[in-house]
Amino acid sequence: MTAVDNSPRTVVNSYTAGKLPRWMPGVTLAIALLVSLGAFWLMSMADGGEFNWILATIVGAVLFVAANWFIARLVEGGRQAVNRLVTSLVIAAFVLALIPLVWLTLTVVVNGTPTLMNGTFLTSSMRNVVGAGGGALHAIVGTLLITGLAAVISIPVGLMTAVYLVEYGTGKMARAITFLVDVMTGIPSIVAGLATYALFALFFGEGVRMGFAGSVALSILMIPVVVRSSEEIMRLVPNELREASYALGVPKWRTITKVVLPTSVAGITTGVMLSIARVIGETAPLLIVAGFTASMNYNPFSERMMSLPVFVYTQYVSPGTDAQAYFDRAWAGALTLILIVALLNAIARIVSHYFSPKLGR
Amino acid sequence: MKITRIGGIAALALAGALALSSCAANETPSGDGETTSDLSGTFNGAGASSQGSAQEAWIAAFQTANPDVTINYEPSGSGAGRDTFIAGGSDWAGSDSALSDDELAGDFATCAADTKALDIPTYISPIAVIFNIEGVDELNLDAATLAKIFKGDITNWNDPAIAALNEGTTFPDLAITAVHRSDDSGTTKNFADYLNKVAPEVWDADPADTFPYQSGEGAQSTSGVVDAVTNGTGTIGYADASKAGSLGTAAIKVGDEFVNYTPEAAAAVVADSPLIEGRDANDLAFQLNRTTTDPSHYPLVLVSYSIVCQEYADAAKAEFVKAYIGYITSAEGQQVAAESAGAAPLSDDLSAKVADAIASIK
Amino acid sequence: MTAAPARITAKRRLGDTLFSGAALAAGGFILLVLAGVAIFLIAQSIPAFLIDPAEIKGQPDSFWQYVGPLVFGTVWAAALALLIAVPIALGIALFISHYAPRRLAQGLGYTIDLLAAVPSVVYGLWGAGVLAPSIQPAYVWLVDNLGWIPLFAPPVSGTGRTILTVAIVLAVMILPIITALSREVFLQTPKLHEEAALALGATRWEMIRMAVLPFGRPGVISAIMLGLGRALGETMAVAMVLSPAAVISIVLTGPQNPTTIPANIALNYPEAHGSYVNVLIATGLILFVITFAVNSAARWAIARRKDFSGAN
Repeated sequence: MTAVDNSPRTVVNSYTAGKLPRWMPGVTLAIALLVSLGAFWLMSMADGGEFNWILATIVGAVLFVAANWFIARLVEGGRQAVNRLVTSLVIAAFVLALIPLVWLTLTVVVNGTPTLMNGTFLTSSMRNVVGAGGGALHAIVGTLLITGLAAVISIPVGLMTAVYLVEYGTGKMARAITFLVDVMTGIPSIVAGLATYALFALFFGEGVRMGFAGSVALSILMIPVVVRSSEEIMRLVPNELREASYALGVPKWRTITKVVLPTSVAGITTGVMLSIARVIGETAPLLIVAGFTASMNYNPFSERMMSLPVFVYTQYVSPGTDAQAYFDRAWAGALTLILIVALLNAIARIVSHYFSPKLGR
Repeated sequence: MKITRIGGIAALALAGALALSSCAANETPSGDGETTSDLSGTFNGAGASSQGSAQEAWIAAFQTANPDVTINYEPSGSGAGRDTFIAGGSDWAGSDSALSDDELAGDFATCAADTKALDIPTYISPIAVIFNIEGVDELNLDAATLAKIFKGDITNWNDPAIAALNEGTTFPDLAITAVHRSDDSGTTKNFADYLNKVAPEVWDADPADTFPYQSGEGAQSTSGVVDAVTNGTGTIGYADASKAGSLGTAAIKVGDEFVNYTPEAAAAVVADSPLIEGRDANDLAFQLNRTTTDPSHYPLVLVSYSIVCQEYADAAKAEFVKAYIGYITSAEGQQVAAESAGAAPLSDDLSAKVADAIASIK
Repeated sequence: MTAAPARITAKRRLGDTLFSGAALAAGGFILLVLAGVAIFLIAQSIPAFLIDPAEIKGQPDSFWQYVGPLVFGTVWAAALALLIAVPIALGIALFISHYAPRRLAQGLGYTIDLLAAVPSVVYGLWGAGVLAPSIQPAYVWLVDNLGWIPLFAPPVSGTGRTILTVAIVLAVMILPIITALSREVFLQTPKLHEEAALALGATRWEMIRMAVLPFGRPGVISAIMLGLGRALGETMAVAMVLSPAAVISIVLTGPQNPTTIPANIALNYPEAHGSYVNVLIATGLILFVITFAVNSAARWAIARRKDFSGAN
């Protein structure tokens, strides 16, 4: 371990005695990477193979984590060593997760941006378009309407259910609902689509397709996410707050709307945004109940309505001879979807920021 | 302060909604402009995804000529398309297989009482055997070898059976990855039907929409197979010829020659094939002649049908279907499909039969 | 419908009655929806158990023989995905809540939330078109060098469309969900608990272990369950990435992989007709039961630690 040679240091200050200097991890990391890259480079020179810098970096990182722990153990003792080890692991987890996430995002942005910016993508539908050109306005409108209606159904139901479970529910009924919500998280999206289709076919006849049916199918998927996330967050509101409110003579429902909900609004917003994010990208159920069209349709209660995920999917699955134009539109559609969620997210954050109480955090 | 902020957000949302509710730039509101057609309304079809891109082109052209018509074709799959049509959920269906006898025995909700449906061939597409082997540009295969490759009996490109068919080409010592469709599809059924008819001693499974053997690798949809073959090494697969792109395509043995696909050769084998017997004279369901030995034929072909009523319960639908299916089977419509989807145009002889069948729709 | 019994009898207010009534009605609505779905699933599944197994794809001896590999594949893929995703997700959540500088943390939290919105089709496109070809050489290496481990038994997949690739794609998909919820829960840890731990001389990790993790545990389990729900139910991404076969195999890198129930439905439903549709819906019912069993186990785990919850 070459790095060990640097570590012992003349103690000059009694407050920092037995502590590693702040620059220590950085230096250890640099040395570990150098050693690993050097070793791999020598190996590639020796057997003439390719220089595998990805593997070298990974080995270097592992080397660093071990060295960092070992040095801290020598100088600072076991507890600090474990602390440092966990810190490096947490950061490593973060970096590791960033790789696929950044990779994915870059893929979408690089492939999607040119078509998104071509001028027609956001202003045209696919009606009478063959090959290149055309746009996804019909799908954007459809996605907004379908998801919006799904949110209108799901958020009140989901929130009120969470309120019931946290504030009112006791005994059998609450347990039954908790149980059912759990079961609901397990409905595969395609089954939700099939069930919704069966329901609407009862009233409107076979072959029914409408945007609203898509909203209902998405609600089935969305409600449990809203319930579960907001329930967890509301449970974390300290009882002291509720009790303080009751002590002031505030009725229970006012306590919930004025104390519990505002305290947890940030978390609830995250939960609701997650639930929207969860369903806005659903393809399978919309393919079954909302259908497929190339034209605009503003009426969610009649006829087929396009949505962005279905748009992306069909552009990918059945391209014409000029396949690249179709794939480009698929990526642009995906990018649009992500941007829509980003926008919604930003709005929700602003709203929740103004409504949440100012806490120390 | 708070109110103005909320108001600001609301205004922003409103502005966004207004911007979106404006009409799409490419859609003229119906009613203006000179219209020579008296067709109007929304008509829906559903079925085979193989026809998807051709339908897209046909719909675009037909809607341009008839601006008051909106046509939606859902590429939801042949089985789903037939079921939807039989249940009365669509005005016509696209299907890679003709109606079965069982289906013909039942009722059709879209059609007038006690009338049946017709199969009309509208889309003929050669299926290409695509491959990606480094250093190999041309590949000749006969049905038996092809069947063995996909069945998993031949696992390396340097197999003597392959070398024997390709004199002058050196194959690398490379494992074969045979990519098939993981989703059920008419393409698989036609591919399997070809192998089963020509090399029954190797390909002993009944042709079906599902790939029958536990071998090779699966990928979803034509695009998925093309992706897998393009990105893999030593890969071979089958896909609609129009999607083959820059990949190498194998020539298959017909008679004594190796034939690469051409739209003409594909259309020729359909024109020479007999109709399924015992059906209505206007039901043009083919029994494809896979075992042809005429080297001007390419028997690895997929025929996709439009399934329509003999007599519609709703006269407006009948009028639309006659006009629309008439258009797509016309020389002009077939040319559009050839350009946008790489289809093989119907032969003149077949076009005439199709025109008669369409004329009989009431 | 009346308000739930209060511990101290208080004056009944109209607002309370209405509000608790509405809350209960919302719960009842869920019951209704679920009953609808359950009736649909069960009614449509019954024929599947009665038909001749020969009508099922692949001609298995019985319905259960058809379902077996699917059940295995579903659970196997989801378990692998969780195995990859949970440690990483908790790491990120802790990084954002307790390690990263505050300004950076907010931005990161926001970005992670956004990634939850990437539609599954896009994960499918990325997994099949970008990840699988790039990771295939690594599989070749694994099979060449570690082939004696049953998980990496030869032959190797030529396209990289294996169950391990699917598990990675699923893990990337559920990462944002688990991270977002766990982060919110960790952030809710009472500051006083944390400060008390630090004041007693705990290192940062000890503080997290003693104050943050026990407090957040039920929430984290909930988050993992939501992630698992998505992993079990994911349709399109699996369908687009996996090279499926009707086998039970633990090999991670081979060409023949057990497939999952939702992907199998998505792949076969469009061309299915007759009683095969019922078979597919019956597999949906089975998935339903699996998810429910897993969820119940999680609920049980949370209930044991309920004392930490703020509310009663």
